[in-house]
Amino acid sequence: MEALDIARWQFAITTVYHFFYVPLTIGLSALVAIMQTMWVTKKDERWLKLTKFFGKLLLINFAIGVATGIVQEFQFGMNWSEYSRFVGDVFGAPLAMEALAAFFVESTFLGLWIFGWDRLNKKVHLACIWLVAISTTLSAYFILAANSWMQHPVGAIYNPETGRAEMTDIVAVLTNSTVLAAFPHTITAAWLTAGTFVAGIAAWWMVRENKRGRKEHADMYRSAFRLGLITMIIAGIGLAVSGDFQAKLMFQQQPMKMAAAEAMCESHPEGGTPFSIFSVGDFTNDCENVKHLIEIPGLTSYLAKGDFNAPLKGINELQEEYAAKYGEFDANGNKIDYSPNLTVTYWSFRLMIGWAAGSAALALAGLWLTRKKQSASAKWFATLGLVAIPMPFLASAFGWIFTEMGRQPWIVAPNPNGLPDIRMLTADGVTTAQGAGVVAGSLIIFTIIYTVLTTVWVRLIWRYMAHGAPETVTDESPEANPDREKDADAPLSFAY
Amino acid sequence: MTLEILWFILIAILWAGYLVLEGFDFGVGMLLGILGKKEKDRRLLINTIGPVWDGNEVWLLTAGGATFAAFPEWYATMFSGFYIPLFIILIALIVRVMGFEWRSKIEKESWKRKWDMCLIFGAWAPSILWGVAFANLVRGVHLDENHQYVGGFFALLSPFALLGGVVTTLLFLQHGAIFISLKTGGEMRVKARALAGKFSLASIVAAGTWAVWAQVAYSSAAWTWAAVVVAAVGLIATFLANAKGREGWAFIWSAVAIVAAVVLIFGSMFPNVMPDINGLYSLTVENASSTKYTLTIMTWVAVALVPVVLLYQSWTFWVFRKRLTVDHIPDAIGLPSLSVPKAELQD
Repeated sequence: MEALDIARWQFAITTVYHFFYVPLTIGLSALVAIMQTMWVTKKDERWLKLTKFFGKLLLINFAIGVATGIVQEFQFGMNWSEYSRFVGDVFGAPLAMEALAAFFVESTFLGLWIFGWDRLNKKVHLACIWLVAISTTLSAYFILAANSWMQHPVGAIYNPETGRAEMTDIVAVLTNSTVLAAFPHTITAAWLTAGTFVAGIAAWWMVRENKRGRKEHADMYRSAFRLGLITMIIAGIGLAVSGDFQAKLMFQQQPMKMAAAEAMCESHPEGGTPFSIFSVGDFTNDCENVKHLIEIPGLTSYLAKGDFNAPLKGINELQEEYAAKYGEFDANGNKIDYSPNLTVTYWSFRLMIGWAAGSAALALAGLWLTRKKQSASAKWFATLGLVAIPMPFLASAFGWIFTEMGRQPWIVAPNPNGLPDIRMLTADGVTTAQGAGVVAGSLIIFTIIYTVLTTVWVRLIWRYMAHGAPETVTDESPEANPDREKDADAPLSFAY
Repeated sequence: MTLEILWFILIAILWAGYLVLEGFDFGVGMLLGILGKKEKDRRLLINTIGPVWDGNEVWLLTAGGATFAAFPEWYATMFSGFYIPLFIILIALIVRVMGFEWRSKIEKESWKRKWDMCLIFGAWAPSILWGVAFANLVRGVHLDENHQYVGGFFALLSPFALLGGVVTTLLFLQHGAIFISLKTGGEMRVKARALAGKFSLASIVAAGTWAVWAQVAYSSAAWTWAAVVVAAVGLIATFLANAKGREGWAFIWSAVAIVAAVVLIFGSMFPNVMPDINGLYSLTVENASSTKYTLTIMTWVAVALVPVVLLYQSWTFWVFRKRLTVDHIPDAIGLPSLSVPKAELQD
């Protein structure tokens, strides 16, 4: 393997790991904020128990998202230094803004929330978790603006003297149509992840408490279950709408990515492009070997243009267009293949949709079963709740694999309506100052550490989930304990 | 003053903020192995920085992001050139984060010891390596005509650079010990203060030697002598204040010494951001920077947000200003073991 392949594997592994945890952080911080709001406004102790329970799971997860996030920012420079030189003028700005506007708020107010139960006024303490939820969401916006620029560069010109892209319009970069579509899609994916997580765990507990005959406890989990389900339904609708919008945009901005998503080699000039549910082929980029087994006529045309009869271009035609526009050969005289890996693109697209649709369908079933104050006590229902939890995680992982692999061979995909010089092949973006051995060594160690941490994460989440919400809680706020301030030796309400 | 110079100064400020704030976090982490003989002591130490370490670490992310935005060539050359040290720092920071958050989750000796090791390694490694990295920036590194680093890993380990690593480590040990004496009461406060005195003496010797060496051998400016003098005054004042038991002042002087060291480092590089040791292909504030447009936008963002950050981070320190003693540490909150007991899974 060359340094390029190793660097790509490293990026793939660190990014997929990072984005495995982040959606849960984004969604769950908002759900915990809602739970705590219910407690503060309704003064119902059950919501405090739920806040403490899911808050603990949130913190177990938060840490690993933070830890894997540091790697993200560093590895642009470490592994993709030529890319960083080329795009830094544009790409660095949203990253720096993310740190200044989002990370500082997130980290500071999370600390205040964790340790501040007995220090802060109830409303101020509640505001802390809301600030955490808002800032994690905001940070997603900035990083998606940066990623969207790689998918669809806007607001920049090419300077032939320095060979770098230069920003001309920050507003254009931050309001790129690509990020306006990607942001709601990513955030609703995060809500689906957290909604499924909360609903799944609450379903499991609801069934157990019903069997134990502890009606009040079962009711508490039922509330959390319904909150999770409603989140899932809203998120599911949001995902479908934003995903549809995004796909239409991508057919315009990165037609090759979408042609690959359908493994559509030939053009359909007369329209009526079918959508295939299942295809077979050998694992190469050879178009001749792809066979679509189950197809829905005209659906791809509809997904692309909102018209079952819209004509679409296939990979072969697009390859010729790209070769004419961006050159047939790379710097070493090798022919450039402008299509991404078909197998990965095709299947990751389907698995993303499939896993997300699966958990959204479970949400509808769950709402039906718990309608009109009904509770569930069937064992299969508890199992189903747990089985649903990993689904949205897998959907986001495949979503990112699709987004990033589908962009290949570009690290900065050219904007078809923009300046053609603002583009970069992934092969040209990699660091040249380090040999393959150093990068491979770091890849191996990262992979080992991430695997160990993920194993521990699973066990910790499982451990704390099985422990359940606390049996008793006390209101630790200063309002409820006016005498504590005088007692200088009172133990902290929370400490590591 | 040009925008490029303004951003050079802003990045120095971000690094100064990072090293002052995470400096004491690292100090506490390193001292965990020295002052944390009993479990309650270790928990006391960890909780002195519990609410703030994460916010402190964001100064690093901001310094990194700002370097990327304002000086992309510097970011690209430094991060790809210093690959191995940065990789070790990343590993250290990862295991350290997990240590803070996960250690208390399971109440088992072996589990806690493992995360203690992570917290301790996670503090020592970056303390040493940041010093090595910055000393290399002062000394200059091997760059080629494309501004690529070509020195390899071992060229980064010159005596000057290694002494730099010793200096940051001692400074952070001193800074952390003083922070502990400021934040704790009882026996811990006394022990930390005694240690701070020793680290402070060692810092005066090591940092003094390094600063004079840097100034004489590598600085291109005379005014940076002022930074050397301020650092020396800061360190001596730290020692005296600590000896008199003026913990607040000792902490302020210790912070002044760290800031002065950052001024010395950045001042002696200027106008380079990444000097070529042969003086031919140095990256400078001019040839490494972003365009005027990007720098202008980023200036507005920084001017609007940095004061707000300082405000709410200061508020956090105010909220958690209380001195802690072992008596304040509540009973352990973790579950007894990582595996789920059978009884808990039965209905």
